[in-house]
Amino acid sequence: MNRNVKSLMMKAGFYLLVAAIVIFAVFPFYYAILTAFETGSALFDVNYLPESFSFSNYLSVFEGQPFGRNIFNSIFVSVMVVALSLLMGVTASYALARVKFAGRGLLLVTILSVSMFPQVAVLSGMFELIRAVGLYNSMFGLAISYMMLTLPFTVWILTAFMRELPRELEEAAVMDGASPWTVITRVFLPVMWPAMVTTGLLAFIMAWNEFLFALTFTLTNEQRTVPVAIALISGASQFEMPWGNIMAASVIVTVPLIVLVLIFQRRIVSGLTAGAVKG
Amino acid sequence: MSEVVLKQVKKRFGPIETIHGVDLNIRDGEFCVFVGPSGCGKSTLLRLIAGLEDISDGELSIGDEVVNDKAPKDRGVAMVFQSYALYPHMTVYENMAFGLDLAKRTKDEQRERVMAAARVLQLEELLDRKPKELSGGQRQRVAIGRAIVRKPKVFLFDEPLSNLDAGLRVQMRIELTKLHEKLKSTMIYVTHDQVEAMTMADKIVVLRAGSVEQVGTPLELYHHPQNQFVAGFIGSPKMNFVPAVVIEVSQQTVTVKLDSGKEVTLPVDGSGLDAGDRVTVGIRPEHCSLADQDTALLSGTVEVVEHLGEAGLVYVQAGGDELFVARVTGDTAIVTGSSIGIHARVEDCYLFDQNGQARRRLDVDNEPLRAQLATG
Ligand SMILES: Nc1ncnc2c1ncn2[C@@H]1O[C@H](COP(=O)(O)OP(=O)(O)O)[C@@H](O)[C@H]1O
Ligand SMILES: [Mg+2]
Repeated sequence: MNRNVKSLMMKAGFYLLVAAIVIFAVFPFYYAILTAFETGSALFDVNYLPESFSFSNYLSVFEGQPFGRNIFNSIFVSVMVVALSLLMGVTASYALARVKFAGRGLLLVTILSVSMFPQVAVLSGMFELIRAVGLYNSMFGLAISYMMLTLPFTVWILTAFMRELPRELEEAAVMDGASPWTVITRVFLPVMWPAMVTTGLLAFIMAWNEFLFALTFTLTNEQRTVPVAIALISGASQFEMPWGNIMAASVIVTVPLIVLVLIFQRRIVSGLTAGAVKG
Repeated sequence: MSEVVLKQVKKRFGPIETIHGVDLNIRDGEFCVFVGPSGCGKSTLLRLIAGLEDISDGELSIGDEVVNDKAPKDRGVAMVFQSYALYPHMTVYENMAFGLDLAKRTKDEQRERVMAAARVLQLEELLDRKPKELSGGQRQRVAIGRAIVRKPKVFLFDEPLSNLDAGLRVQMRIELTKLHEKLKSTMIYVTHDQVEAMTMADKIVVLRAGSVEQVGTPLELYHHPQNQFVAGFIGSPKMNFVPAVVIEVSQQTVTVKLDSGKEVTLPVDGSGLDAGDRVTVGIRPEHCSLADQDTALLSGTVEVVEHLGEAGLVYVQAGGDELFVARVTGDTAIVTGSSIGIHARVEDCYLFDQNGQARRRLDVDNEPLRAQLATG
């Protein structure tokens, strides 16, 4: 076989593979969007191109349950989780990366191993805790329990990043009269933007999509977050699955994530590579 | 007054002691250079003075005040780091004003001081730039400016020029010397480069393995090194060391026999030495001259010739473990493989006892003795 033909086939094979991966990744979401615009029996016909275009699903999502309230709850919890995670993550990672104390390595490993437990394993214990402090069926209870999921990776990523910052930078600030808090807020934070955006976004996505804790630790429709609300959307009768509504709701809640990622994508990319090369 | 006094200062990292009881007296306005091979504890000593490390034992005072337990910012010191350590997200102006801002100075005073420092360091055009938009030399100047605006009693420099290329290094060296003349503050400067030490210092402190080997002016160290280590460290290329045996000792001279068989009488203090003691003769490359092989101190085969332009360096295999280095004229015709003889005046030679301690050289400040030796 001629070398040109061979390289052409290699190229074709490569793009075929890329196409397969893209379809596999994007198709479920594409299908959800299609379905969300359909009504009646059209929902159950398999079609790959838009056929009908109706907003009725989107409207009925907000009629069947307090979906606006649910979205607000999700935003509230996620923002709180991000803020708390970053605050605690940054201060903890300063100590773990910059302050020498006995048991530092052990502590880091412990923090990481917390995230290895399956969520179900800690569910009942966490439930007791949340109830004991009177935060059952409350946004704050949810936010606090999410810390258990976000802090391990937040602390790890930020610690790794902070270790890479030159020691002399901190010492220069100390010579200038900076306290540890000033070092963190006025010298490290501005330098750590990419890492903060990356971890913050991961924490946001995690909190936004979390289901198990959200289902267990809330009782009323008014306190639910979006993932639980969607799962509990019910049809007119118990034999009818309201696919249209579910799909419309899913589209609604995915859009904010996509927007966030698009806004921050440049930062994320530099965040994921920052630290590899000294900047 | 801002003299810096160290009394038996020690530093331990865990169980390992890295600074072994340093005594030092740096006068107000002095330019003091810590010099020594890498890892000898220069930076650690400087960081102890800065307050970035705690002193394990001993006493440090700056301007009549013991500062062992004071925070860095309360010691009246400013430090310039090897890596510049500029705040990457701040402009040049903000970098310099940061310390003043933390000290709650008014905006007007900040501006005034930053502008004054910028004028001295020719940074006025660059005040709005970020560090990444500056060249290495400019960054170094900003780092120095950041120190100046705080009007410290003592400036500390940790190898500030080692990241610059050779030409810029010489230029910054001169600028720093001029700056010292202008500010008249006490400055402590760390370097592993003995040329920087010789050219800039009022006082040089030679360190080895966490202890002070010798303190003195550049010329004192050059002419009267206290031991073989200092003798080898100060001067470039390094001093040659030739093994010898003591033949005869008088009050003002010591006669030794080199391993080559040649006998020489050196004008050094011989007290405590006995005939038969093993000693080491030190000869600086720049004191060597070419001579007939039968009258020369040493002779051997040339292994390498380096042409520097203004001078040439000849590396000779003269029987020792290391090659003997001689500095000759730039237009030398010596070629690799030839046999040459090397001579040096006895009053230019150094003598070290078995423990590497130098014998006091009597000649350098002893005109009558020089005359006596010259007549035979
Ligand atoms: N933070 C530290 N912990 C343990 N050992 C240290 C620390 N800092 C320096 N040392 C040790 O102290 C010695 C002197 O180091 P340093 O002062 O940096 O040398 P220099 O600046 O002369 O090259 C070295 O052996 C180094 O390993
Ligand atoms: Mg050093």
